[in-house]
Amino acid sequence: MTTTGIADFLLHLASPWMPHLMLAPIALPMLTAALMLLLREERQRLKLGLNVFSTALGLLVAVMLLLWANQPGATSAMGVYLAANWQAPFGIVLALDRLSAMMLVLTSTVALASIVFAAARWHRAGVHYHPLFQFQLMGLAGAFLTADLFNLFVFFEIMLAASYGLLLHGSGGQRVQSGLHYIAINLAASSLFLIGVSMLYGITGTLNMADLARSIPQVADADRGLLHAAAAILATAFLIKAAVWPLNFWLVPAYSAATAPVGALFALMTKVGIYTILRLWTLLFSNEAGPSALFGSLWLIGGGMATMAFGAIGMLGASRITHLAGFAAILSSGTLLAATGFGQNLLTAGLLYYLPSSTLAVSALFLVADLVERWRSDGPPPDDDAPFLAPDLKTYVGLNLDEDQEVLIGKAIPAAAALLGLGFMVCTLVITGLPPLSGFVGKLAMLTALLNPLGLGSSAGTQLGTAGWLLFGLLIATGLLALIALTRAGIRYFWAQHERGTPRLRVAEGLPIAMLLCACAALTVQAGPVIRYTQATAHALHAPATYINAVMSAAPKPGPVTPAPENVQ
Amino acid sequence: MEIVLAIAIGALTGAGVWLLLRPRTFQIIMGLSLLSYAVNLFIFSMGRLGLAIDKEPVLRPGLPQDLQHYADPMPQALVLTAIVIGFAMTALFLVVLLASRGMSGTDHVDGTHSDDAQEMP
Repeated sequence: MTTTGIADFLLHLASPWMPHLMLAPIALPMLTAALMLLLREERQRLKLGLNVFSTALGLLVAVMLLLWANQPGATSAMGVYLAANWQAPFGIVLALDRLSAMMLVLTSTVALASIVFAAARWHRAGVHYHPLFQFQLMGLAGAFLTADLFNLFVFFEIMLAASYGLLLHGSGGQRVQSGLHYIAINLAASSLFLIGVSMLYGITGTLNMADLARSIPQVADADRGLLHAAAAILATAFLIKAAVWPLNFWLVPAYSAATAPVGALFALMTKVGIYTILRLWTLLFSNEAGPSALFGSLWLIGGGMATMAFGAIGMLGASRITHLAGFAAILSSGTLLAATGFGQNLLTAGLLYYLPSSTLAVSALFLVADLVERWRSDGPPPDDDAPFLAPDLKTYVGLNLDEDQEVLIGKAIPAAAALLGLGFMVCTLVITGLPPLSGFVGKLAMLTALLNPLGLGSSAGTQLGTAGWLLFGLLIATGLLALIALTRAGIRYFWAQHERGTPRLRVAEGLPIAMLLCACAALTVQAGPVIRYTQATAHALHAPATYINAVMSAAPKPGPVTPAPENVQ
Repeated sequence: MEIVLAIAIGALTGAGVWLLLRPRTFQIIMGLSLLSYAVNLFIFSMGRLGLAIDKEPVLRPGLPQDLQHYADPMPQALVLTAIVIGFAMTALFLVVLLASRGMSGTDHVDGTHSDDAQEMP
C-alpha cells in the first residue's frame, strides 16, 4: 500500500469519530495512568506493556488528527470541541488546527521512542515511572489542544507536576539538587502565569483565547498599558519554560541529571513554551490587533538571539554529551524564538519545519549520550592525570612524548560502536544544520525566508533590517560553533578511545534512536509536502480570523428534548 | 478597602520575592508560599467591576442577576484551582527539600555550605 493509500485509510477510519477523537490525546493517557495507579508496583511488566501500547495508540490517533486537520478545504481545517456543550467564551473549548496536530504527532513520536528506550532498564530505577509518564503526556497534549488560558494553566501544572516526578526518577544527589532548582523556578513561573492570566481577565473579561483576540483591539486606551504589562508577565512565564536567556540556567543541570529517556522527553518541554508563545502571540498581537499589533516583537527577537548565542557558547564549553544536548535544546529554542519574533509568514513556515527536526535530533542525542556514558564507564576508569607528569608535576626521565610508530592497518570497528557513532553523527548533522538532513532544510528555509520575505522572485526591493542580518549571521555562526563542539565530542568519545570493550547495544535501546533519526530522514525526504504543510500552518497562524471565527461560531449540540417539568415550585 | 488590599498584596509579594532569593531551602518554600498568597489575593482583586464589596456571593431570589449585584464568580473559580494546585506543589517541594537536606546534609540550595564555597571557588 502506498503512503497516500495508508493516509486515506487512516482518514477514513478517523472521520466517523470526529470531533470526539480530539479528546483522545488527553483522555487516553489519563485513563491509562489511572488504570496503572490501580496496579501494584510489582506489576512492572504489565505497566510497561500498557504504557507502550497506549503511547503507540496515541501516536496513531495523533497521525489521524494530523491527516484530518490537513484536509483540503477551509472549513475542515479547524476542529473545535465544546467539552461541556456551552457556546465558546463560556465553556471549556478544545481547538485542533495544523499547529496543534503537528505538535501532537511530535510529542507522541518522542514519547514512543522514550518509553521503548526506558523499557530496556531505566523504568525500573524508581517507582511510579509509568503513571507519571502518561500524566506528562496528558499535560502536553492538553496544552496543545486547549483554547483557553486557564485550562492552559491547569494542563501546564499537570505537565510540570509529572515532570518533577520524572526528573527525580532514580533519585540521587544530583537529581534532587537540580530538581530543587527546577521546581522552585517553575513555581515562581506559575505565579507569574496566574498574575498575567488574572490581569488579562480583569481587563478584557474573558479567558478564551479567540475571544481575547477579538476584544484586544477594542481595549480602552487607558487600559492598553496594563494590557501590555499583563501580556509581558504572561510571556515571561512561557519564556521561562522556553528557556530564554537569562532565564535558562536551570535547564542544563536539570536535563542532564535526568535519566536519559526523561531527558529525551524533556527536550520537548521547552517546545511547549515556544508553542504557547507562537500561538498566543500570533493570535493576540497579530497585524490586525490595532494599536497592540506585534507588541513585544523586538523582545522576542532580542531574547531569542541572546539565547542562541548562549546556547552555542555553552555547547563549546560543554564536555559531557548530556550537557551538549542540553545546550543544543537551548540553541534550538533560541532560534525558534528569534524567528517567531519577526512575525513573517514564510519565516514562520521555516521555523515550523525546523522545530520538529531539531526536537527529534536533541531527543536522540540525549539517548545516544546515555549509551556512550555507559560505554565509557564499562572500561577501566578514565585516566585524568597528565600522562607524562609524575604526581609531583615533574616530567618522567626518559619519557618519549612522540607517539609510537605503528603499522597503519585499518582497525575493525565493532558494529555496535559504529552504529552508536553513526547515530551521533546524524544528530550532529541535524543539530548543526549541515546537508543533507532535515536541519539543513529547516535552516535553509529560514535563511531564504529572511532574504525573500515575500517568496522567491517576488521580493525584489525588500530590505533586510539590522535584526534580520543579525539573525542571518547568528543562524550560520551558531551552526558552526555547534559543529565544532559536537565534532570535538565525537573525536573524544568515538575516535580517540582505545582501551574499551565494545559497547553492548540492546535492540530496545538502539531502536528508539534509529526511529527518531529515521523520522529526521523522513522529514528530509518528504521535505516538499512537509514544507507545504508548515506554510499552510504559518498562513493560518498569521491570519487569526479563521481561528477566531471557528472557535466563536462553534454551535453547541442541541440536547435531547426533555419534557417540561410539571410542578414548578 | 482597595488600598488595604493593595498594601497587603505588595507586602506579601515583597516578602515572598525577598525570601525566594535567600540561600536556604526553608526560606525559599516560605517565599513561594507568601508569593502564592499574594497571587491568590491578586486574582480576587481582578474581578470585573473591581472589588466585590457588599455583593452577594450566591444567587438570591429577587435580586437581578448581573455583576452589579453579585460578586464575579470567575476569579473565585480561578483562585480555588490556584490554591489547590499551589498547595499540592508546595507539598511536593517540601518533600524534595527534605530529600535534599538528607542527601547533602545542608539546607543550602546548592547543596554545599556557602562558607566552604567561598573558600574553594
